[in-house]
Amino acid sequence: MMKLGKKDILGIQDMSIAEINLILETAESFLEISTREIKKVPTLRGKSVINLFYEASTRTRTSFEIAGKRLSADTINISASTSSVVKGETLIDTARNLEAMNPDIIVIRHSAAGAPHLLASLVRQSIINAGDGAHEHPSQALLDMMTIKEKKGKIAGLKVALVGDILHSRVARSNIYGLSKMGAQVVVAGPATMMPRDIDQMGVRAYTKLEDAIADADVVMMLRIQLEREKQNIFPSLREYAQHYCLNRTNIKLAKPDAIVMHPGPLNRGVEISPDIADDPDYSVILDQVNNGVAVRMALLYLLTGGNE
Amino acid sequence: MKLLLKGARVIDPSQKMDARMDILIEEGKIAGCSSNIKASQDVSVVDLTGMIVAPGLIDMHVHLREPGLEYKETIASGSAAAVAGGFTSIACMPNTEPVNDNRSITEFIRRKAAEANLANVYPIGAISIGSEGRQLTEFWDLKEAGILALSDDGKPVMDAALMRRALEYASSLNLPVIQHCEDKNLSAGGLMNEGYYATILGLPGIPAIAEDVMVARDILIAEYTRTRIHIAHVSTAGAVRLIRSAKARGLNVTAETAPHYFTLTDESLQDYDTNYKVSPPLRSTADVAAIKEGLADGTLDVIACDHAPHGRTDKEVEFEYALNGISGLETSLGLSLNLVHEGILPLPELIAKMSCNPARILNLPKGTLIKGSDADITVIHPDRSWTVNVKAFRSRGKNSPFSGRKMQGRAVLTIVGGDIKYDGLASKT
Repeated sequence: MMKLGKKDILGIQDMSIAEINLILETAESFLEISTREIKKVPTLRGKSVINLFYEASTRTRTSFEIAGKRLSADTINISASTSSVVKGETLIDTARNLEAMNPDIIVIRHSAAGAPHLLASLVRQSIINAGDGAHEHPSQALLDMMTIKEKKGKIAGLKVALVGDILHSRVARSNIYGLSKMGAQVVVAGPATMMPRDIDQMGVRAYTKLEDAIADADVVMMLRIQLEREKQNIFPSLREYAQHYCLNRTNIKLAKPDAIVMHPGPLNRGVEISPDIADDPDYSVILDQVNNGVAVRMALLYLLTGGNE
Repeated sequence: MKLLLKGARVIDPSQKMDARMDILIEEGKIAGCSSNIKASQDVSVVDLTGMIVAPGLIDMHVHLREPGLEYKETIASGSAAAVAGGFTSIACMPNTEPVNDNRSITEFIRRKAAEANLANVYPIGAISIGSEGRQLTEFWDLKEAGILALSDDGKPVMDAALMRRALEYASSLNLPVIQHCEDKNLSAGGLMNEGYYATILGLPGIPAIAEDVMVARDILIAEYTRTRIHIAHVSTAGAVRLIRSAKARGLNVTAETAPHYFTLTDESLQDYDTNYKVSPPLRSTADVAAIKEGLADGTLDVIACDHAPHGRTDKEVEFEYALNGISGLETSLGLSLNLVHEGILPLPELIAKMSCNPARILNLPKGTLIKGSDADITVIHPDRSWTVNVKAFRSRGKNSPFSGRKMQGRAVLTIVGGDIKYDGLASKT
């Protein structure tokens, strides 16, 4: 088996196709562990993983924690608050203290883009970016790619539509990098206020109407709307947003008949996705994403701690 | 002390002089400038063969941080950085703590500068009390105390009516008003130039129009009130275009840019290195090209480095929390000389943008080597190769993205009022 040639997982932007394939294949081989009666293997016994979360997260933190525990690593969760940034300990000091305790991997989520990169430049341990600002969320994109591959048998040649607040979405950026590298055609849609400038230079086609983006799509990925964006005049009201950007029974028919619907969660039911689509097993693979998430994170922890040494 | 500078190429744009000359300094003044001055016995002679002698360089936009933020810089350390970078005069922005919005702060700065006794330090007073954009400061009193310009730098005057009154009131005192042009509503929350790199880095963008809108507004206000305005640190193609057309219409608009705006683009931010975080932000390749064009065609009158020293604690944090600024006084001339190396500006024009042009804008009787003027002189070694070493900065601010950069040409002798304040003639770097 090939080894991952990097110390850290900071983003998909700097990941090669071979590395993505290695991670996905490793994750696929770990899927089975989560179905066993005893969901634990001794692979990472004696290794420790710190989950350093500066931003609230239930799903991602739990997923990393379960991934570590299923591989027998000791997982430690630290919830820090960015509100203490002014008077509290700096990220650099926190990093040096954690480093001194000699863990093997630090998983970090932070509201400031680039925070994992700062951490990675300071400590010898492996850093996994579990989401930094609007920058990247590599483990999410990997689990999304794993899910698409699982459901569609391939990624290359598929049309994938990402719909919603692309401007503020790290999930969108990581998926744009990953899916494009793997040969998919990526399109994005959302009101112009949610579209980052020069997004076309990332190699995607941008639409302002949901219908245009999801036409003939194999995969439709709906992004979560942060409710507080309403106050920033990114959109006038949830009501109007839902009227035009909510995936529902009618507009889903524009996609391919066998299209799958994805969402990184948590869902705003009735805002970006109607409940009957979210719960429809013919379309929705949202819970498969969550299941694959554990396997992808197991693969990352495994590969970063030396893989098959 | 009498000093005779021999054999240098003397470039004095104020008299359109570019020739091999000797310069005699007596009693702190230029006593003579002609070919082959004979040295009398009481004169120390400095052989400057192969060197450039220029009027003392002036940086009209620096932050000296004192009072209040001495951990970043003091007036003494900033003055030392100035003379080491070849600057004989600097004008310091009022955003200290407290803000330089009254006579006592201005007098304090001048006293500290006199104690440091290195560069000439000229305080710039705040336009509004506390630079809060509500109530005008006492321009008259501040002028008597020694300010030579007004600015709310960093906290631009957002209220157009207040800006109008500031320009009108300042014009009756012949005080230049300097505006940092940034519409704070358009830039709100932004951390870097809005564009492709902000998009891929996931950092909130500051659009170029945040600068352009206020440049346009202030030009219109200056035109209407028949006053003059100086635009600080121009960073966008749009601002260059607006200033160019204002000048073409005969308006009294002047403008400066900083070395980082013609040297770096927003692409440099890819590693989230906070040393590249400045305000206004580093812009696109097209903007950099426009800045160079603006320098070449005279739209941009001045190069000023916006020296913004910071402590480590201000920069060694997440990008979002890092403060804006580059400690620039010791790299400004080296970076600006690249404009000459690249053929964008002839050397005399570069020197004009760093001496007589800022002197003219600030109403200073400096930036000239004409007989009888203050003997403020910068000697430049045009070929000396050196490497930027932030650890060797005189400035307390080591925050420079140019650390390790190779440079060609630097100031080797800085003379202020006839006294040598920096001597790097014998240095190898």
